[in-house]
Amino acid sequence: MPENSLKEDLKKVGIERDPSKRSASFIMIDNKPMVSFARGVEILSTKEALKKYDWLEEYSWKLIEKRENDFDGYFIRVPRGLKVEFPVEACLYLKRIKNQNVHNIIIVEENSELNLITGCTSEKLSGIHLGISEFYVKKNAKLTFTMIHNWKKKNEVLPRSAIRVEENGVFINNYILLSPVKYLKAYPTAYLDKNAKAVFSSIIVGFENSEIDLGSRVYLNGENSSAEIISRSISRGGKIIARGHLIGNAENVKGHLECKGMILGSGTIHAIPELEASNPNVDLSHEAAIGKIAEDEIFYLMTRGLSRDEAISLLIRGFMEIEIKGLPEILKREIDRAIELVEKALI
Amino acid sequence: MDRDVMRIVNLGVEIDGKKILQNVNLYIQKGQTLALFGPNGSGKSTLLMAIAGHPKYKVYDGRIIYKGKDIKDLKADERVRMGIGISYQNPPKISGVKLREVIKHCAKIGGTEDKIDEYVKLLKMENLVDRDVNVGFSGGEIKRSELLQLLLMNPEFVMLDEPDSGVDLENIAVIGEAIKILLERDKPKEERKKSGIIITHTGRILRYVDADYGVIMYKGRIACIGNSYDILKTVEKYGYEECVRKCLRTL
Repeated sequence: MPENSLKEDLKKVGIERDPSKRSASFIMIDNKPMVSFARGVEILSTKEALKKYDWLEEYSWKLIEKRENDFDGYFIRVPRGLKVEFPVEACLYLKRIKNQNVHNIIIVEENSELNLITGCTSEKLSGIHLGISEFYVKKNAKLTFTMIHNWKKKNEVLPRSAIRVEENGVFINNYILLSPVKYLKAYPTAYLDKNAKAVFSSIIVGFENSEIDLGSRVYLNGENSSAEIISRSISRGGKIIARGHLIGNAENVKGHLECKGMILGSGTIHAIPELEASNPNVDLSHEAAIGKIAEDEIFYLMTRGLSRDEAISLLIRGFMEIEIKGLPEILKREIDRAIELVEKALI
Repeated sequence: MDRDVMRIVNLGVEIDGKKILQNVNLYIQKGQTLALFGPNGSGKSTLLMAIAGHPKYKVYDGRIIYKGKDIKDLKADERVRMGIGISYQNPPKISGVKLREVIKHCAKIGGTEDKIDEYVKLLKMENLVDRDVNVGFSGGEIKRSELLQLLLMNPEFVMLDEPDSGVDLENIAVIGEAIKILLERDKPKEERKKSGIIITHTGRILRYVDADYGVIMYKGRIACIGNSYDILKTVEKYGYEECVRKCLRTL
């Protein structure tokens, strides 16, 4: 593939490879990891990191059960008290091989902050991407993790992610799926300690012949912990299962789940919001809705001079607009750009 | 040349197969504003929606002739481009779409890009333009938002559906001011080029904006035409039914 179109592919998923815009850049083509540059944060391939640090065994395959062997990926560690200004980017690129097996470990030490953008994309029309990510957000730390996926029609994508958030820690997860994909199944799960907070937002589009089973799950294990799960699913001929699961296990935990779906023309959406509590003093709620674009809204915008297509486009855009609290401006721009691509693909 | 900018001829409108308007005839001249009265459910909003081109409001009979052209088969945005503008009594709330985005389109239609700031200020909308359209707006804020959009669209034919309902005293003067500009009621009679229809339930807005005449719509028909203040007084005193009966006797 020519260098230019690789660059374009990477840009689509938020990968700039530009030191003036990113703190660090990592790319893994097939099973070959490579660090382009890094400032402030430590970034290595997982295999290297495991060789370098004995203590990393305490983190590796501890949140997620090991099922297969031979994995590599990225290891990122933000030292104590460091607030990384520019985002760190990591790209997983499926080029030639049939199976890409990825294992990532991210550690954000106490009182530090990191914005991590990962983009996954494929040159190959088919192939399986299996990505394991283990996140550790320590006390008072904050991690904003934004993942943009752009697959080919016959890719199968099976990420497994788990996140441990310690006292007063914050984890914000944004996920955007831009493209058709044969099969995608993921159910990232966060475990919250005292006063910790997690926010999951996802925007997914299911095109024809795509099957997507995506959800987010949060265990509110520490008192006063809180969680929010927001998902927007648009089906245009695809099959989408939108899940969400909040489990309240401690005093004064709070959680809200919002699952909204829109069917454009044809397709199916199955929303499965779940709430579970083992403590009487919890406040968990959910709302789920599936529908089409309201005719009155289209008409309203048409009487403001928009054509029918322009009105529909603006309304779809509005549907995907999620206000994510605490999201840095630079990431908001990346997400807006990704949403624009979704919009283009839809209309 | 034809002085009538809008001619509604034998108009019949149905919603989901149910006839709402029958045999409605109305001629509105250039520069004229008409006040449209009538009890709830009489068909006032239906008439505006049919003129604006809502696909749910089906014209089963008659014609809507605007500037000499029958517009009943045109799409809503095509009618807007011909100079027709509408403000709603209860516009939809649109999550995720910022009012600023919508007023940009309005200004493009009206060629009023340079007036955005001025009108935003006039209607005290500074704190609302970056919010989602009508989401969490109060009654008065919704009306102000509607008028801001119309002012920017700068239509030749203005339709206002109860611009004064649910508006408090503080807001009514601002709204009255905006409508005066919209309908050129601040200009001498002979200079006015804009025409329109104001639906008003209470007639409150007429204290700020005058109308050339009033019309009562009753059970889907035009039942009465006269001086708007006389109509209002009669309705206040006797109620719609009695007013219409008196009218029909004299017609």
